[in-house]
Amino acid sequence: MLELWGISKSYGDHKGASGVSLFAPSGSRTVIVGPSGSGKTTLLRLIAGFEAPDAGTITLNGRQLEGIPPHRRNIAYVAQEGALFPHMSVGDNVGFGIPRQATDRSRRVEELLEQVGLPAEFRNRRPHELSGGQQQRVALARALAQRPDLMLLDEPFSALDTGLRETMRTMVGDVLRDAGIASILVTHDQAEALAFADHLVVMRDGRVADAGPPQRLYARPADIETARFLGEAIVLASVIHGGVAKTALGDVPVLQDDAERADVLVRPEQITVAAEGNGALGRVLHRSYRGAQWRLEIECRDGGLPEPFSVDVPASLDLRPGDPVRLSVNSEAYVFPR
Amino acid sequence: MAVSADLAAAEATKVRRAAGRISHPVILGAATLTGLLSLLPLGFVVYIATTSGWGTIADLVFRPKVGGLLVNTLTLMALVLPLSAVLAVALAWLVERTDLPFAQLWSWLVIAPLALPAFVHSYAWNAFMPRFHGLGAAVLVSILAYLPFLYLPVAAQLRRLDPALEETAQSMGKRPAVVFFLVVLPQLRLAIMGGALLIGLHLLAEYGLFVLTRFDTFATAIVDQFQSAYSGPSANLLGGVLVLLCLGLLGLETGLRGTERYARVGAGAARRRGRLSLGKWRLLALLLPLIFAALSLAVPVLTLARWLWSGGAVIWRFDFIMPALGQTAMLALAGAILTTLAAVPMAWLSVRAPGRVQKILEASHSYVGALPGVIIALALVTITVQVALPLYQTVATLIFAYVLMFLPRALVGLRTSIAQAPVELERAAASLGRPPIAAIWQTTVRLAAPGAMASAALVALGITTELTGTLMLAPNGTRTLAMRFWSYTSELDFASAAPYALLMIVLSIPLVIMLHMQSDRVEQA
Repeated sequence: MLELWGISKSYGDHKGASGVSLFAPSGSRTVIVGPSGSGKTTLLRLIAGFEAPDAGTITLNGRQLEGIPPHRRNIAYVAQEGALFPHMSVGDNVGFGIPRQATDRSRRVEELLEQVGLPAEFRNRRPHELSGGQQQRVALARALAQRPDLMLLDEPFSALDTGLRETMRTMVGDVLRDAGIASILVTHDQAEALAFADHLVVMRDGRVADAGPPQRLYARPADIETARFLGEAIVLASVIHGGVAKTALGDVPVLQDDAERADVLVRPEQITVAAEGNGALGRVLHRSYRGAQWRLEIECRDGGLPEPFSVDVPASLDLRPGDPVRLSVNSEAYVFPR
Repeated sequence: MAVSADLAAAEATKVRRAAGRISHPVILGAATLTGLLSLLPLGFVVYIATTSGWGTIADLVFRPKVGGLLVNTLTLMALVLPLSAVLAVALAWLVERTDLPFAQLWSWLVIAPLALPAFVHSYAWNAFMPRFHGLGAAVLVSILAYLPFLYLPVAAQLRRLDPALEETAQSMGKRPAVVFFLVVLPQLRLAIMGGALLIGLHLLAEYGLFVLTRFDTFATAIVDQFQSAYSGPSANLLGGVLVLLCLGLLGLETGLRGTERYARVGAGAARRRGRLSLGKWRLLALLLPLIFAALSLAVPVLTLARWLWSGGAVIWRFDFIMPALGQTAMLALAGAILTTLAAVPMAWLSVRAPGRVQKILEASHSYVGALPGVIIALALVTITVQVALPLYQTVATLIFAYVLMFLPRALVGLRTSIAQAPVELERAAASLGRPPIAAIWQTTVRLAAPGAMASAALVALGITTELTGTLMLAPNGTRTLAMRFWSYTSELDFASAAPYALLMIVLSIPLVIMLHMQSDRVEQA
């Protein structure tokens, strides 16, 4: 269990982190996500010990980390592009953290390579002979070699192609689970965060905006900005009466006491789009073809929605720009706390 | 000087890319011509070796005198190179990676000794401590004069290293000192070897420094022989041995360098790194740059100031100084322009149409830079005397020698700036109807002009302080700044030499500024 209590760190005028408290349960996959400059990398560097916090404490499995230099923390760190040592072979890279005296050194290097899906022959290659994905695999094997208490991953997939990114994510997740190592991954990509995390922390301006299981954060975020950060969000001003919110998109069921003013969150997948029928009247602004669906951009000015929003509809629904549409919300919506 | 060359060469290689197989006969022809002309000195040495006959070679080369020179040269290398490497790494690490006070100032002061020609360094030490000479003096003054050649590439490489490498190593349980030796030092290897090679070549070529420290090397012996017997076989054969040493050094460096690739793996910008806190060692660490600056700058500058002061107004003989300045400026200007023009075709080829022919041409261009000025001078004297007597001891021959000596310097600077001009512009100009040469001239050459100016300036500065070749080749009546300085110093008239030393230093200051800026640019790249 990693615990951060009231961590603050500033660089001159820039606040990297201010009063951050967060918890990463043992064996969990924690993801810290946020836009660039939100302080997520700062947190990672503080945990690794590359920098010291101005205030606050960090403990790992009950051990206070203050004053302990990085090389005595047993926390592995995988940098953005792997940071393989260019002057060493793959085998020497992987074996870097294994004591020189260890008799099973060479066997362990091979095992580790196999674990990350690389053939044992790769041990004689040089880092520059590997592709980006292979470099990341070696970096992971190298980090696993030290049998760390915690694995820190600093945007490890951001340099990879989209397709490869997903494969690598799955592989890393599986390897870490099998090895039983808790991990903290930092990313600015919300899709990656949702896919990897079983504990998600959203950072903004050096603070924790929200933290918890990813499903909860997506469906019931703490505030509007978090909602928008994690996916397309339609926020409707409404009046709530008797478990029903009166919104621009019609009546929407909510679990909330009566209120004169409330902000209701609707995700695009909750919206039913029809060519006719009843429901709020909208207009198609633009459409783009996605194969299985059309992505429509719809405005609903009459209903009082200032911004157009995007929603996917089946490819069979042939709505053209300018066509009127009927909109309704098909499931229970979430009301932001005031 | 050539350090910038090394750094820039690395840059150029990075940017270089194959530009298809377009043939440009005119450019190729021009590059081939310069390439062949560059090979003249080497051809001369081969000619001497093959025509001298075994008996002469055995008589003149295998004798105790040559053995002594060999021992001297090797001892000098064995002491100067390792000491300089350790000192340069220590200084660069302190300046670039720690919270050493006034780091920015030191980064200037450590390379500032380059503003003093090596023979001015030894002049200052000679005047400062007249009885300090021999091996000790030669080693000390060489280190002081040439350390920037190692410091610059090492510091640049330290700045370029990805901090994530060290952090990762640390997170894997290695103490900072261990990380330095396992991760940082191996990646400085190429920079250290490049710098050491450069210093080694300078040690082989330098004449003035070793005359004043009374330490005999091949270069001093050759000039001595030459002055007593002009292009006698003795000087020529010593020259042959010197060329072998140069080639040996180049071969050694190439062999040690191997095919390793230490480039940063992966793209993307490296993050700014923090500086290591020295804590209680902070003031103690300050001693190292302080002592170096005291020996390499304070001693020469104060000595010079003392002579200028004690000499008073009498030593400022403007009737001598002004002509010397004028002649130096004319030679430097003409040499710089010709050298830069001669380098353009080769530089363009190596960026736009790299290939095997280009590689061979480039090698012949740059090997001359490794040959000491004394060899180039010997070769040109012999060739003009035997083949083209009217050219013997003319300004034309002298300038041609400068072109040969400084061609590599111009080449590297030009190559970098040409590499920064996108090839698409040439193609756009061609598609708009310009014939090939015009297209290149109006796009790439125009864009590379600032870089070409800079490298021409470097060449001009090099010519301004060139001594050996000038002494051997200058026509009667020529008196450059370096020659005036040298003749006064040889007569131990330190005071009269002082104004010339001052002028050469002032003229060399732009060199230091350019090199410092260049190493900053490397950091941003």
